[in-house]
Amino acid sequence: MAVQAPPKAERRVAPWPVSFYGTDVGKKVVMALTGLIGFGYVLAHMLGNLKIYLGESSLNHYGEWLREIGVPALPRGGFLWIGRAVLVVALILHVHAAWSLARTSRAARPSDYTKQDYVVANFASRTMRWGGVIVLLFIVYHLLDLTGGQANPDFVRGDVYGNVVASFERWPVAIFYIVANLALGLHLYHGLWSLFQSLGWSHNRFDPMRRSFAGVFAFVVTAGNISFPLAVMTGIVG
Amino acid sequence: MNLKLRVWRQAGIDAPGRLVDYRVEGVTEDMSFLETLDLLNESLIMSDDPDGPISFDHDCREGICGQCGVMIDGIAHGPQRATTTCQLHMRHYRDGDTILVEPWRSAAFPVVRDLVVDRGAFDRIIASGGYISVATGSAPEANLTPVPRPVSDESFTAAACIGCGACVAACPNGAAQLFTAAKLTHLNVLPQGQPERYERTRAMVDAMEAEGFGNCTNHGECEAVCPKEIPLGTIAKLNRDYIRASLRAPAKT
Repeated sequence: MAVQAPPKAERRVAPWPVSFYGTDVGKKVVMALTGLIGFGYVLAHMLGNLKIYLGESSLNHYGEWLREIGVPALPRGGFLWIGRAVLVVALILHVHAAWSLARTSRAARPSDYTKQDYVVANFASRTMRWGGVIVLLFIVYHLLDLTGGQANPDFVRGDVYGNVVASFERWPVAIFYIVANLALGLHLYHGLWSLFQSLGWSHNRFDPMRRSFAGVFAFVVTAGNISFPLAVMTGIVG
Repeated sequence: MNLKLRVWRQAGIDAPGRLVDYRVEGVTEDMSFLETLDLLNESLIMSDDPDGPISFDHDCREGICGQCGVMIDGIAHGPQRATTTCQLHMRHYRDGDTILVEPWRSAAFPVVRDLVVDRGAFDRIIASGGYISVATGSAPEANLTPVPRPVSDESFTAAACIGCGACVAACPNGAAQLFTAAKLTHLNVLPQGQPERYERTRAMVDAMEAEGFGNCTNHGECEAVCPKEIPLGTIAKLNRDYIRASLRAPAKT
């Protein structure tokens, strides 16, 4: 009896990063890694901006130095643009994964409870999505205000110190900065703890420290960032 | 004591549901929550109520079978931690209290009738890999495979999962991560679970996602309502093993 060989499965398997991103756990891993990139950036951004307290020339010189990093191996401004490209890609992936995961989760609970009492979920964990939207809108405004200058009528390219002062002397802008940074702080507080779970970084030795780690760094970044508009509004800077 | 129960009534899987108020008289503080429902059902059977008695799942009534489980005033299994609905006693309530009782709500757990949901999705996750393959025959020598005590403790902590579904019910995202993570950790940390560790992880996580559960955002609600106190750390293990599994080439068949 002739045995017919089963037809060869002609299933095309997507390359690993694509197929991994296609799973929900994979998307969470991408969210954690891109979130880590974002955290590294906001921490460095805040620390660099502390130079505002050392005076006008210090901050402007720092701004100039950012363009010089890597010269002559890189063209002037090269490092800055590579950094921007990495951040934009990370942000797009972070937002896409969040949007996609939120849709799946919404579909998983088609009808709500008449009443649901949260036992341990905190304000930070429950505002991740809307807090993220606030931070996203803030990033757009922030770039138009202090990077491109389109939203800042007194913008002078290269005068970082003057631009910051001119921006925060408009109190609605300063208030928006403070609110957005509080949202960022909450987002970091939950994200910095959550990423350990998503990446599978759990161990009895350091598990109790994960919350404190998140709390300390979320506080440091938020306090530093909020100090800038407060310093301008109170006349300490400017 | 006399209580008012607001209970979800639903005639069938596709029927619309609604909350109905009932008065239950003569509840004593030593009754369990399920016995209170029994008491109400006794009066409903005798009455000419068109909805009839309230359907709810139950079996052992000693907190180990995983059959019972309802949302009580918005908390899965009610206000007492580490307790199944059957082990919740009425001493937590006062005369005149109103208690809201709803079924688990999840796209993957359709309501079959009243407070009964179909948790077949959990069975399908288990069937996809929640086992070890062994050669049958006479039982091997018991001490052939040494297991360090901390490892067996970790496995047993996860193996305590009774599959009641409270984690899914309490999760704001309707995710089944804690259940799947418990079933994976149970086998993945033991020597007997190693040969199929990554195939198992891949298969069970993929099965979980295919069932239409949501995604873990690390609120921790599942751990808080779990009657067996399965730790949230098992979910980190699930993620770690799934990342590793995805990096390994799938088995050629």
